[in-house]
Amino acid sequence: MDDIIKAGTKLSSTVCQTQIMALRVPAEALEIACGGAPMATGDGDKGEIDSDLAGGTLVGKRYVDEGETMEFLCTRAGEGTIQVNGQSLDIKQAKQLPSSD
Amino acid sequence: MNIHLILQMAAEAMGDREAITAGDQRLTYAELDQAARQLAAKLQSGQRLAYLAENDPAMSAAIFGAALAGTPFVPINYRLAAEQVDALMARVAPALLITENGRQYSDIDRISRSDAIIGDAMAGEAADSEDGVAIELFTSGTTGEPKSAILRHSNLMAYIFGSVEFMSAGEEEASLITVPPYHIAGISAVLSSTYAGRRMVQLPSFSPQGWIDLAQKEAVTHAFVVPTMLQHIVEHVGQNGGKVDLPKLRALSYGGGKMPLPVIEKAMQLWPHVDFTNAYGLTETSSTICLLGPDAHRDALQSEDPQIRRRLGSVGQALPAVELQIKSEDGAVCSADEAGLVYVRGEQVGGEYKGIGSQLDSDGWFPTKDVGFMDSEGYLFLDGRADDVIVRGGENISPGEVEDVLLCHDGVRDVAVVAVPDEEWGEAVGAAIVCADFVPGEDELCDLVRSKLRSSRVPSRIIFMDELPYNETGKLLRRVVRDQLAGQ
Repeated sequence: MDDIIKAGTKLSSTVCQTQIMALRVPAEALEIACGGAPMATGDGDKGEIDSDLAGGTLVGKRYVDEGETMEFLCTRAGEGTIQVNGQSLDIKQAKQLPSSD
Repeated sequence: MNIHLILQMAAEAMGDREAITAGDQRLTYAELDQAARQLAAKLQSGQRLAYLAENDPAMSAAIFGAALAGTPFVPINYRLAAEQVDALMARVAPALLITENGRQYSDIDRISRSDAIIGDAMAGEAADSEDGVAIELFTSGTTGEPKSAILRHSNLMAYIFGSVEFMSAGEEEASLITVPPYHIAGISAVLSSTYAGRRMVQLPSFSPQGWIDLAQKEAVTHAFVVPTMLQHIVEHVGQNGGKVDLPKLRALSYGGGKMPLPVIEKAMQLWPHVDFTNAYGLTETSSTICLLGPDAHRDALQSEDPQIRRRLGSVGQALPAVELQIKSEDGAVCSADEAGLVYVRGEQVGGEYKGIGSQLDSDGWFPTKDVGFMDSEGYLFLDGRADDVIVRGGENISPGEVEDVLLCHDGVRDVAVVAVPDEEWGEAVGAAIVCADFVPGEDELCDLVRSKLRSSRVPSRIIFMDELPYNETGKLLRRVVRDQLAGQ
């Protein structure tokens, strides 16, 4: 995955079950990977996961880079670690709001 | 983006968890997803999915099923007269209509609620449409012909992502849903509850005792009510010994109209363990844009500081992903405590109507047409609709400030202040009063307003009514009050 993507784009891991959706991304080409392999826009063949990049993803969590310039939602959990341009993303700590509806 | 993703995630991550309780009927998230897929499979190309019935599992399935099929979901107010429904259906066609009534409409296929969620199911994921319409919702039309407000998938997803954490509800949590399907809060309740993983307990027809019974029977932990519902619940408790135990209830949120201060104070005294939240939002903003949370409620109730104390009458602060601005009529941004028109901006704001277009200005601000002010900490105080302002000899009078004063009188249970024609001033203040236990003297009421406000605010006409005319979702029909006062 090395294209300019838009908010709403869904990406699948090519080594595990992980799926993510871009919520906020800069308008530049990003190298988005999971478990050491580039992520793809469709479901494809699954390769081998890099055991050093098998931190796992959690469904429903938001993943951000260090400067929070981009944000992805994990829509399906898997075993890989998500990276953008070689840097691992972290879970964004959410502020819980009271239920309003 | 597509709102079906909400249900897809829930069905995959917690498929066996109970999603809906409706009488004896119970559906898990996996079963709700299957129901949505069965509905999607029934839609012909080009058909909208319309819904003309009370709350039901088919309604929740329909929101997601329409999304899956890539067509708008259009709930219709089942309390409207047949001719009014006819007029709306003509604007919705072609459509598949979920309904229990036998009336025929041109270019509309009909199906019952139970038949809607059986049979073949659509497989796969929802098609991604960049700017697709998820919901078309008719406004209540209190001032004219109903407008069809458009909410896109991107608006509703921005609301959910900005206000709810996925699977944040514990397995024991249950939300009592009493708001009808054609109200934005009825739609957002389905989306929020599903994303949070909080079981929806549907109460199709509201009564205070029915609400209390179901809350107790289903161990309800969360509920949303419109102010009139809470008023009826609180009064009902008062008439029946003054005490009702709701030990499981943790959170009660309210919105959709102005909450009378005595009602929320009474409710907080009745159930001190409950977290109260005031939610302010509009159909056009995908529901809530502002929240007054539980801590702010308790602080206000306990505070001696009038600046804090008055916040119980506030709708709170903007959601993190939403911006608010108060502007004067000439467009200048108002300072703290200065009243003006309320504007809102954010991705969840749709702000567009079918056939009319977007109402957002070039900077993305949507005019709510509500009047209000913000204090120095961003707490928003609403003061009615811009259209309801009384203009007396060039002086703008907000009905809300006169209503608040009249409500302080022991003999006043409810009040509506509206403009009445006046030969000298153009318009003057009229008040429709619902009495509490005794009939207050008109002179007393006028003296009260004169002493707390000023003489221009004193009602020139007062009538007494048994009840004020609210619609079923708690919206005061000021037009009806104006007509009654003008007829006196």
